Amino acid sequence: MRIGVYICHCGGNIADVVDVKKICETVQQQDDIIFTKDLEHTCSEEGQQTIVNDIKENNLDRVVIAACSPLFHEKTFMKLLEKAGLNPYMFEMANIREQCSWCHPSKGNATRKAEDLVNMAVKKSKFDKPLQKTSMTIGKRVLVVGGGIAGIQASLDLGDSGFEVFMVEKEPSIGGKMAKLSKTFPTEDCATCIIGPKLTDVATHPNIHLYTYTEIKDIQGFLGNFTVTLRKKARHVIQEKCVSCGICAEKCPTKVPDEFNEGLSERKAIYIHSPIAVPRKYIIDEENCRQLNGQRCGICEKVCVQGAIDYLQPDEEEVLKIDTIIIATGYDTFQPELKAVYGYGKFENVITALQLERIIATGSSGPPLRPLGNRIAFIQCVGSRDEQAGHEHCSRICCMYATKLAQLVKRINPNREVYIFYTDLRAYGKGFEEYYKRAQNAGIKFIRGRTAEILEDPKTKKLFMRVEDTLSRQMIEGEFDVVVLSNGLMPAKGTDPVANLLKLVKSPDGFLQEAHPKFRPVDTLVDGVFIAGCAQGPKDIPDTVSQASAAAARAIRLMNKGQYDIEPITAFIDPDLCDGCEKCIPACPIKAIQMIDGKAFVQGALCKGCGLCCAYCPKEAIDLAYYTKNQIMGEIELALSSKKPDETRILIFADNTCAYRLADNVGTARLSYPHETRVIRLPSCSRITPSMMLYAFAKGADGLFFGECDHKASPYTGASEAIQRNIRIAHSIMEPIGVDGNRIYFAELLASLLTDYYKAITNLIKIAKKEARPLTDEIRQQLLSSSKQVLSEEKEVIR
Amino acid sequence: MIKKILINDASEAFCKKVNELSGETVSRCDQCGTCTGSCPMIIEMDITPSQMMRLVLLGDESVMETKTIWICASCYSCTARCPRGLDASKVAEALRQIKLRQAIDYMHMEDMDPEELKKFPQMVLVAAYRKLTG
Repeated sequence: MRIGVYICHCGGNIADVVDVKKICETVQQQDDIIFTKDLEHTCSEEGQQTIVNDIKENNLDRVVIAACSPLFHEKTFMKLLEKAGLNPYMFEMANIREQCSWCHPSKGNATRKAEDLVNMAVKKSKFDKPLQKTSMTIGKRVLVVGGGIAGIQASLDLGDSGFEVFMVEKEPSIGGKMAKLSKTFPTEDCATCIIGPKLTDVATHPNIHLYTYTEIKDIQGFLGNFTVTLRKKARHVIQEKCVSCGICAEKCPTKVPDEFNEGLSERKAIYIHSPIAVPRKYIIDEENCRQLNGQRCGICEKVCVQGAIDYLQPDEEEVLKIDTIIIATGYDTFQPELKAVYGYGKFENVITALQLERIIATGSSGPPLRPLGNRIAFIQCVGSRDEQAGHEHCSRICCMYATKLAQLVKRINPNREVYIFYTDLRAYGKGFEEYYKRAQNAGIKFIRGRTAEILEDPKTKKLFMRVEDTLSRQMIEGEFDVVVLSNGLMPAKGTDPVANLLKLVKSPDGFLQEAHPKFRPVDTLVDGVFIAGCAQGPKDIPDTVSQASAAAARAIRLMNKGQYDIEPITAFIDPDLCDGCEKCIPACPIKAIQMIDGKAFVQGALCKGCGLCCAYCPKEAIDLAYYTKNQIMGEIELALSSKKPDETRILIFADNTCAYRLADNVGTARLSYPHETRVIRLPSCSRITPSMMLYAFAKGADGLFFGECDHKASPYTGASEAIQRNIRIAHSIMEPIGVDGNRIYFAELLASLLTDYYKAITNLIKIAKKEARPLTDEIRQQLLSSSKQVLSEEKEVIR
Repeated sequence: MIKKILINDASEAFCKKVNELSGETVSRCDQCGTCTGSCPMIIEMDITPSQMMRLVLLGDESVMETKTIWICASCYSCTARCPRGLDASKVAEALRQIKLRQAIDYMHMEDMDPEELKKFPQMVLVAAYRKLTG
């Protein structure tokens, strides 16, 4: 091994506090070190050139740089190594700025800590192996789930860019909720007129394959290699033959409520989904068709001159190979029956906003679906912002759609009086405030108060509403002809099957969770799966369309190059040690481990490299690249080797996403904290097995601190639970020996909570120093032997 | 006449005290008025329950002088319907408690005509004593 070590002055940032020359001398004593150099500015042009030259001249195979935080310059130096012809993973950094010189003002202590940190990095580097980023090929096939405006926009963008789109919609036609609307706020464009051409574009697009009346049965695989099984439900009308003449529906004897008109009109059991249906083909409703339910009928078959009716048509399955997936499953509206005080379903004059949309939308082409009367009230926030209904979230669009509908009904009949009962009026979007003002100009009465209950006069069917006007503090009892419920947007039930198949995470409101609320708003934590539209949360049409285009762009970003790199930091399995017990398979939260020929196998493209699985293997057959068992044990040993008998020492295991960043931030803020700490950086603390914990105590640690990302912000699901499980196992072994369980501290942290970090560490040191029973050499010896037994015992404790 | 409500240490302390006694957090109130609309006693009240919540938030002690807090029958209709899961009747009870703990005697047995006293049922006297004496 030929290791080159550089200690950076960082101007005076490091050298003013840490004795750089002294570290060079101490580190030089380790084996395999070719030279130790101190550089004024390692990251400068000059410093970088020195390193490249050194690597070439001295034929170095490993480089250790002690400087700032790896979160700051690790990538810079890794690129440098590549430039010099070395594998970038043959590199380690020791963080002697943020986590040493900036947080420990005492020169002596800071230098001692820096020595340890450099020694730890050198030790770790000795186990470094060249890791290759593997390239996977990726095609250009996208699955778009959902045929609403989000799915349509994403599909058209992708199709136009030359990607092959497979659009799946569970209804017989695409168009989604937007196709049902009268007009759109705030511009009052006719919804049908603007979505209609887009439906045709989808149907005629050479790159879009349309699967309506189709459900997703199964999804397997990963980015660039998804296998999707579709279930195409039987339509019982042969698509190619149907010319949509409509004679069948004319003659069909069975009438059922028309879903497209929200139950306000009737359709036949053989029907066309809507006037703007795409594909424009008839379909038999299996549930209500007489013939399909064992009764004699067969009328449609007799009248169809095309011979398109096929009662025996079965459901079909189709398997697709897919590269990326966009979820655009939309929303469901709140079930107004659940809010019993408003009497929907009981009182005939209580209707929903979507019903009113249909009444207005169909109004121009025939008699109204139902009368609306002269005094109309809108009730806002039905089902949303209501803990009684179990939904805290604001549905965002109801204020504006009520404002729109109120104006439309008033315009149809100016003698009408229209009231909107609201709690807070949210006109947040472009042109919304102006639109609200227009409604006020039109004489719409906005009253601030939430309706408590609706009563009906059984004779006249008029509705009485009790509500406080919270601005004048008076009680209002109004008599209305029709009450419209502005029911909120809820997570679509149809999202669940797909979300479960892909193991997508949901936010507390039940909508799908994006990978990062600010910077990755359309990504999910599953690579190659994106979300668009209301599946992610309530939003209006422009927001939905923007998000759909964004999701398409994000998908294109992955597929455009034809290949993508996989980070080489993944778990790997030693097939000689693996006995095929399958314990790791349920442990992996993203199901990246499979059994192949009786041995576990980690699917590199799926593995996120958290290392959680390692602690679940009773044979120690799983290891994590770049954070191998040997590397971590080596770091633990070196972190403790310089400890003097009367000293206390705490090991901090910090996850890369939050805790390590937090430790950096504490340094950047120049907050001083006890120097008796040594940080070991990990992708996630779930990598630390119970035997490692015991080993650390055996080697001299007085306390262990586990800092893991708050589970809401963590890129790894299930990490916190796994850490707690590992700690429980360690407790069950160390406590009988006489080691206080409080010596292990676990906290979920966020990178911004600086004082939490300080307090937790100080507290742990206090426990380790004063409160806990002292750790004698004898106890440590016992711990060492038991750390070796843990693995076999783990099997029992896991239960 | 428009009243001035002062925000100061005393007003904040009052709000905190009501929160503590009732176990509610009045700042969570959305002021939507569902409680008022649900209240069967509303016609007898001088301020609405949501107004009571508001005055507590502002720390206005005059809320204790309102009829509303005594008229509240603790039927919990407001609680059952509050979209924020708040319990206005508990807040009213807290206000009653604060008022009662001030231990002000508004009625004195010795001032009352013994003949008249005989006319009242015992329950009326107990209730009156609870409300009007400390």
